[in-house]
Amino acid sequence: MLAALIGILGDFDRAEDAAQEAFVTAAERWPREGVPSSPGAWLVTTGRNRAIDRIRRERTHESKLALLARETPAYQEMDAVPNSSFPDERLELIFTCCHPALSIEAQVALTLRTLGGMQTSEIARGFMVPEATMAQRLVRAKRKIRDAGIPFQIPAAGVLADRLAAALAVVYLIFNAGYDGRSDLASEAIRLGTALTELMPDEAEVHGLLALMLLHDSRASARFAAGEIVLLEDQDRTLWDQGRIHAGRAELARARSLDPGGPYTLQASIAALHACERTDWTAVVALYDDLLERTGSAVVELNRAVAIGQAHGPQAGLDAAADIELPGYHYLHAARADFLRRLERPLQARREYELALALALAPAERSFLERRLAEL
Amino acid sequence: MQFMLQIYAPQTGEWDGLSEPEKDAVTQEYLAISGEPGVLAGAQLHPVETATTVRVNDGRALTTDGPFAETKEALGGYYLLEAPDLDVAIALAARIPAARLGGAVEVRPVVER
Repeated sequence: MLAALIGILGDFDRAEDAAQEAFVTAAERWPREGVPSSPGAWLVTTGRNRAIDRIRRERTHESKLALLARETPAYQEMDAVPNSSFPDERLELIFTCCHPALSIEAQVALTLRTLGGMQTSEIARGFMVPEATMAQRLVRAKRKIRDAGIPFQIPAAGVLADRLAAALAVVYLIFNAGYDGRSDLASEAIRLGTALTELMPDEAEVHGLLALMLLHDSRASARFAAGEIVLLEDQDRTLWDQGRIHAGRAELARARSLDPGGPYTLQASIAALHACERTDWTAVVALYDDLLERTGSAVVELNRAVAIGQAHGPQAGLDAAADIELPGYHYLHAARADFLRRLERPLQARREYELALALALAPAERSFLERRLAEL
Repeated sequence: MQFMLQIYAPQTGEWDGLSEPEKDAVTQEYLAISGEPGVLAGAQLHPVETATTVRVNDGRALTTDGPFAETKEALGGYYLLEAPDLDVAIALAARIPAARLGGAVEVRPVVER
């Protein structure tokens, strides 16, 4: 409903006020007059009319009249036929929130606020910034949408692929922010990803991303024990959420039937292999080969080296990781340290563990690296 | 709404590497954009060496040689566009040759009065 009002009014703040007023009116009227046959349409119409009244009362400005003139035929129809339903505008809202003219932080905040319905304080906690900072971020983002003319529409065909990739990246960013389980962000990302599969059911990568998130999330309970990291091979599999795994596999099948080669779909395919009784590391390596070719990413190259280390032994892994450049990325050193540890070269392993510790921030990761160092 | 498309280009770079026919083709592209519906105005500016900067302090005009700010990329031209939303402006900006020849186009909404 909020999405529909944003579509009509073109202004996030006005839409929120309008929605509020519509609910208040409904709370007063419906107990007396009965619930209308199409409550959603009633709320949107009431909200819109209230907002229009308010706009008219304010100084009449050319741009505001232009705003009113932007009503699409669908809404004019709604006046004439009160029982008709209005279009679901969540897709337009996602693309507006994730518009490249907004900073990434603004995209994330706006998506969580308007699509996720999260409170500003919750979002602030999830991303570890003061609430005032997050509130300002939202204010500036809404102002930019209004002043810079960011449209409320599904992007044109020529830019749709790029814009969709940007929206998926925002959802995945939200998911990863919730990785340590402190907040509801992972669940929120899965909800957003699910909405996207309903809104764009024929896009392979939309299903691929949801599959990836479901499969990752299935292991959330097994990943930490008493604040310490539990490696994949050591995890208590009874703590894996089989429902998530099943749902993830179903989404993956859908993604692969549309296009097996997209980056999220490839990553989900790898995640699915890890959800098996025993990981088929050779198959994982093959998927990383595809993913590396597709993305050219050094991080992918590192993950591939780790997989090679599992499939073909630590020397092969070390060789595969030899030329990778990822300055400031502690996982590179942690991976090299692990290969050297397994090759029983403790002096070089120590050096790499120390380099990793110089960069690692998360307490659980530091604890893990320190333990490894002590065991040498 | 109206948008100002400010075209920034590096002082030396890809443009200098183009052949004469290629330069002519780029000039034709700029002229074609000038003729697009919605493009209200547009002009190429003389190079940054021709710039003069004026400030006024205590009622006295202070005039200096050169641009407002010395930057790697300088303002080389502009278009004024009437368009329904930012995406239309972005689509036009993406067609401006400077954007693919090492420069950039800044898209700014014009304050309506």
